[in-house]
Amino acid sequence: MKIMVAIKRVVDYAVKIRVKSDKSGVETSNVKMSMNPFCEIGLEEALRIKESGLASEVIAVSVGPSQCVDTLRTGLAMGADRAIHVEASATLYPLSVAKLLKALADVEKPGLLILGKQAIDDDCNQTGQMVAGLLNWPQGTFASKVVLDKEKEVATVEREVDGGLETLCLDLPAVITTDLRLNQPRYATLPNIMKAKSKVIKKFTPQELNVDIKSDLEVIQVTEPPKRKAGVIVSSVDELIDKLKNEAHVI
Amino acid sequence: MFRFLSKSNNTIRKLSSKSFHPTLYASSSPHHCKSKISTIHPQIASPISSNAFDSSGSSSKPSDSRYPTGSPNGSPFFRALDRNSSFSGPQMAGNRFFSSGYLLNCKNLKNGKGNRRGFLRVGSFVGESRAFSSEPDRESMEYDVVIVGAGPSGLSAAIRLKQMCRAKDVDFSVCVVEKGAEVGAHILSGNVFEPRALDELLPEWKQEEAPINVPVSSDKFWLLTKDRAFSLPSPFDNKGNYIISLSQLVRWLGGKAEELGVEIYPGFAASEILYDANHNVIGIGTNDMGIAKDGSKKDNFQHGVELRGRVTLLAEGCRGSLSEKVLRDYNLREKAQAQHQTYALGIKEVWEIDEAKHKTGTVLHTLGWPLDHRTYGGSFLYHMNDRQVSIGLVVALNYHNPFLNPYEEFQKLKHHPAIKPLLEGGTVLQYGARTLNEGGFQSIPYPVFPGGAIIGCSAGFLNVPKIKGTHTAMKSGMLAAEAAFDVLHEGSSMEKYWDGLRNSWIWEELHKARNYRPAFEYGLVPGLALSALEHYVLKGRSPLTLKHGKPDHEATDVAQLHSPIQYPKPDGIVSFDVPTSLYRSNTNHDHDQPSHLHLRDPQIPERVNLPDFAGPESRYCPARVYEYVPDEKGELRLQINAQNCLHCKACDIKDPKQNIEWTVPEGGGGPGYSVM
Repeated sequence: MKIMVAIKRVVDYAVKIRVKSDKSGVETSNVKMSMNPFCEIGLEEALRIKESGLASEVIAVSVGPSQCVDTLRTGLAMGADRAIHVEASATLYPLSVAKLLKALADVEKPGLLILGKQAIDDDCNQTGQMVAGLLNWPQGTFASKVVLDKEKEVATVEREVDGGLETLCLDLPAVITTDLRLNQPRYATLPNIMKAKSKVIKKFTPQELNVDIKSDLEVIQVTEPPKRKAGVIVSSVDELIDKLKNEAHVI
Repeated sequence: MFRFLSKSNNTIRKLSSKSFHPTLYASSSPHHCKSKISTIHPQIASPISSNAFDSSGSSSKPSDSRYPTGSPNGSPFFRALDRNSSFSGPQMAGNRFFSSGYLLNCKNLKNGKGNRRGFLRVGSFVGESRAFSSEPDRESMEYDVVIVGAGPSGLSAAIRLKQMCRAKDVDFSVCVVEKGAEVGAHILSGNVFEPRALDELLPEWKQEEAPINVPVSSDKFWLLTKDRAFSLPSPFDNKGNYIISLSQLVRWLGGKAEELGVEIYPGFAASEILYDANHNVIGIGTNDMGIAKDGSKKDNFQHGVELRGRVTLLAEGCRGSLSEKVLRDYNLREKAQAQHQTYALGIKEVWEIDEAKHKTGTVLHTLGWPLDHRTYGGSFLYHMNDRQVSIGLVVALNYHNPFLNPYEEFQKLKHHPAIKPLLEGGTVLQYGARTLNEGGFQSIPYPVFPGGAIIGCSAGFLNVPKIKGTHTAMKSGMLAAEAAFDVLHEGSSMEKYWDGLRNSWIWEELHKARNYRPAFEYGLVPGLALSALEHYVLKGRSPLTLKHGKPDHEATDVAQLHSPIQYPKPDGIVSFDVPTSLYRSNTNHDHDQPSHLHLRDPQIPERVNLPDFAGPESRYCPARVYEYVPDEKGELRLQINAQNCLHCKACDIKDPKQNIEWTVPEGGGGPGYSVM
């Protein structure tokens, strides 16, 4: 069984982000980029499943500009067998990415498609769910535990939901999106990074996959949230009511 | 203990700072004791503990378990949730007891030095195999040249080596390891760049789009008092120089190096030197990764890797942790009859200011306020591209007043009436701090050791009156590369590097500049007077060589002689508190790892630093790593927030009893400078 893992190249989590002066987006030039932490967790889970003998191959997939190759190399250094890069320079929103992943899944026919639950740059939390819908595969999102049963061809997924933990049993092939507590990703070792340099990365374009990536969304403006104003200490309840009514206009 | 020693592999000795190889410690520990008897090295404890490999594992640094560790400055994204953390309270006590006992035994071993050598020889016939160690071997990778640090000197050396390979049609493998998460992440500098070395290294740098775009257009020099600024004749000649971000230049150099076939590995910290049986350096070992705070192995534990090189170049920057060990180990200062190194701490911010106030190419340096006459230092303000401005304060670390807080002095500086208007309405893009060398000519050690050499600021080639060290660092890297090439190609000796240095413009330049800094030992005014004499009259042909004063850590007066300084509160517009600034440095470390700041004696902070010197580390650290907080009994205890560390090395330099040892944390952590 093949496992396909979708990874995204995002601004590194430790970087302090700034909004561009023209308010068109977040400053990404001269800023450190790395693999989305949730995608790292997804890749780690795939590698563990492969190491337990339940899968034959782990394929790392990324959609984006040419620098995505660096992120894929990190994935290969962690232990993925192959990588696929879909080159697209424009900003892609979840639906376009989901369509591309569906096209790739039709080509590669994996038994499991693992994604991170969301990317830390846009926090959309949509791609996994959308691709499951497009493929008509069952989905186990926010997974905090995954157990595969090869004979019965099912995956038992424990999900973190608002009310606690929910356990689902999914028929394979299925889509799983990972949450924080699923595992702790391994470090890519130096020798593996070296070996990864020679592993092959297959390239596709959206046209080759017959996918229309034109989006129905357009980002008009990105601004920083308003600065928090200092609090005011009021001296009596009357003053509080007065302020709430006349200044904040909430009552 | 006897049993451990004879079983161990003695062909490779290590001065390890963090590796998980218990049986090898048995061999390394006596040697470790020999070189640094006072270090309570936690790994010494591990061979004794029988359960070295289970999850509750070996010891972590004693200081960790004793003192409450600081609240992490924002936990890293997911590594904070570690399922493997195990309780190891009573065991810790056991290990510590053993460790002190073991050290006592080591003392005896030290005296019987001859004896130990005997052991070595007995063990060495075992040969290269580590058949006795029960842990799987660390992977070992062989290169012709291993360079520690992807900074200006390291990358210049790498590039020069590959250029020579091409010229002579041979190929030598070159590997550069860098502890920062990416090339340039730990690079911080003023920087008014003199392209002299770059012109020699990559003459086509302009066509190849090096990020060197802002020529210096004006050069101002002010003497500041609290309210005024007096313009003085500028002692600098910056014609032909450029204002750059060294972090960006280094990133570009890294790209050039990779194009030439250099292998660069960011995110890997070189934590130990590898030796052969004859105490020659044969390479470095990287940190084990994935060790929890208590010393146990986490889910994602990875052994470090050995990078063996026929030549090893240490390019770690000022006060490099491995370089310091090597300097001590081979007595490299004594060999060149050099004085001790002296240092300064530079704290810097990059601002984006109003278009109207920005004038690209402006260079400003100041002396005087806020520092007093006995404290050497000054500020810089450079206008770069894109409305960006670099502003910083450099404070010499031989200051006397233990209540001095360089970070707060920097905040004060920004309020000066001549500087504040410039910054108002602007935003801070990044913040950072780093120490730099001020020892100059008098402090240059003998930079060659068996198996390699020290290049760049780790040796110390900064020209203090020019306040430039990048060009000399790069040139030293190039000279070392040329010597290393001959070592590999013709079998000559690395000594050629030393000869190369002394015949190069580095020597001439540093010799001419040697008396400026020591002149300020006598105070600000005598210093200025003597500098003027040097500059205008003697023009570097002075017959004398002034000596440095006391080493920086000895220069601190006891707290009794001074009174606490009241620093103004930050206003949030031009001055800020440390946590806000720290956030802007993009610094982070995986919080679940042992503290990389070792206290050689964990009791000294409360016994000496606090009562005698009022805990100066809580003031000179620009990252608020060291704090004295009351414990349950209400007594003040030192708390080390290692996660905040900016890797500036100020603590390693300035601690009065030299009790704090900066060792390298897990690779990939530390600051994330991109425009510094």
